[in-house]
Amino acid sequence: MAKQLYNPPSPLETRILSKRFGLEGSETLDVYLANDGYKAFLKAKEMAPEAIIEEVKTSALRGRGGAGFPTGLKWSFVPRTSPKPRVIVVNADESEPGTCKDRLLMEYDPHQMIEGILIASLAVQAHVGYIYIRGEYRYLVEAMDRALEEAYARGYLGKNIAGTGWDFDLYTHTGAGAYECGEETALLDSLEGKRGIPRMKPPFPAVAGAWAMPTLLNNVETFSAIPPIIRDGGAAFAALGTPKNGGTRLVCISGHVNQPGVYELPLGFPMMKAIEEVAGGIPGGKKLKAVVPGGSSCPILRADECDIAMDYDTLAKIGSMLGSGGMVVLDETTDMVGFALRIMRFYAHESCGWCIPCREGTTWMKKILTRFHEGQGRREDIALLGELSKNMLGRTFCALGDAAALPTISIVEKFTEDFETYLARQEVMV
Amino acid sequence: MTFSPQLEQRFAKMLTRYPEGRTRSAVIPMLIYAQDEVGAITRDVIEEVAKRCKVTPVQVDEVVGYYSMLHRKPQGKFHVQVCTNISCLLVGGEELYEHAKKKLGVGHKETTADGQFSLEEVECMGACSWAPAVEINYDFHHHVTPEKLDQLIDGLRKAH
Repeated sequence: MAKQLYNPPSPLETRILSKRFGLEGSETLDVYLANDGYKAFLKAKEMAPEAIIEEVKTSALRGRGGAGFPTGLKWSFVPRTSPKPRVIVVNADESEPGTCKDRLLMEYDPHQMIEGILIASLAVQAHVGYIYIRGEYRYLVEAMDRALEEAYARGYLGKNIAGTGWDFDLYTHTGAGAYECGEETALLDSLEGKRGIPRMKPPFPAVAGAWAMPTLLNNVETFSAIPPIIRDGGAAFAALGTPKNGGTRLVCISGHVNQPGVYELPLGFPMMKAIEEVAGGIPGGKKLKAVVPGGSSCPILRADECDIAMDYDTLAKIGSMLGSGGMVVLDETTDMVGFALRIMRFYAHESCGWCIPCREGTTWMKKILTRFHEGQGRREDIALLGELSKNMLGRTFCALGDAAALPTISIVEKFTEDFETYLARQEVMV
Repeated sequence: MTFSPQLEQRFAKMLTRYPEGRTRSAVIPMLIYAQDEVGAITRDVIEEVAKRCKVTPVQVDEVVGYYSMLHRKPQGKFHVQVCTNISCLLVGGEELYEHAKKKLGVGHKETTADGQFSLEEVECMGACSWAPAVEINYDFHHHVTPEKLDQLIDGLRKAH
């Protein structure tokens, strides 16, 4: 295994979820208990489920998987008095290009996530949970299994947890390679032993999820944020961020920067400061060309759009998304045709094939972008890419179709000159 | 066919994790662990997994074609997966993949004649901030340069 993945703490960071990273043995229960571990669960055990959910609502925590849905609200949708047993599912299928944060939370602080899951189990009155981990992260399945084993052995999982009378079982479940399984309903099909195909909604997983049981499904980071919220109060967490965008999040900075890494920043942190100061700026004194703000599904930002605060609502206002926290920085030398092609090759490969607009749309756009990239482009292809993309929007069961279309539309519209350059080069060749 | 006692033990434990009557849920984890031991998803593996999960072989078979990590034919002893997705692309992932092709003398999803190495250009593996990244079997390697890849491959060749 490679050396540690976390960075030395930067003074620009606000380390809440990552505060134990770097402590010797941070993955062990002893170190967790010595550093605030399980205070939140014991507190939550004394609270009514409604009160726990209220606290999470107050925190203004929004789903860290990508969609940014208010977490407390999601929890409130689970019918906790249903005659059917409730199930908790953790989405650890981290696959959105540009995103590499859940790895750290599971490797360096697995007990924080386990405690978050336990608190959620009180809130929705569930007694079983599954951590769905992408197949490529085998070492994390093993790391989580070690953490679970330790928690069971010490009475923090299983029967009568920490002497409170609460029972909860938690298991890992490995995937086997499929981006689509990060989509929550496809993940549930995969958990049931099937191909990962999205389901028609409603019913939403909260009502009929895994094995048609009411299911609470959240991302690794979302669960990991719960212990600090309950321990220090939702208001304290909310105050770290901006209105309706509570707390901090792990931002994965990659691409053309001097110090790529995963940094915990408060919501609303200035994007340019993240690039220039947190990540050390662009190598070689080159200029910024574009930023993928939150994973490859997000509409790309031109350099002149990047002087903004990084929170869900600000990004939405300028027509993009904060997504999964995967921020990819592109310098002025980046060829946007090649970049668009790489994104489309990914979505064409990962389209599960269930919905025709996505399956056919991604394949045809890959063909068009491939020929453009090879110097066989036609002028009308530029408009055709935009038109095909727009025909996919909202016409598929899940968001993969939109995820392929949105970045493409933005690249074609914002970087038309890169496509023009290709056409001009072709003319010279002729 | 038979699996090792360790694998049987893992399977037995797996089957107890899911709600009653939901043994189908173990299909995918069982397949990938069986593949790790047997080397590929063969007809026999499908039948054995189906038997244990109490589903029909076709319900197992249909899953195999869907997941990119499940293979019907054996991979090399060392399966070299080079990421060329956006974060890796920007810092030399494609050049690294081209280099890997030359170094191993095989292309995408191909295996060397001696069966030691197979190569695959893969999608994002979640190593974006430590790009370019390579995963060999289940081991991640970060900030990989062509020279570092040569060392890795030569090291594995020598050791085996």
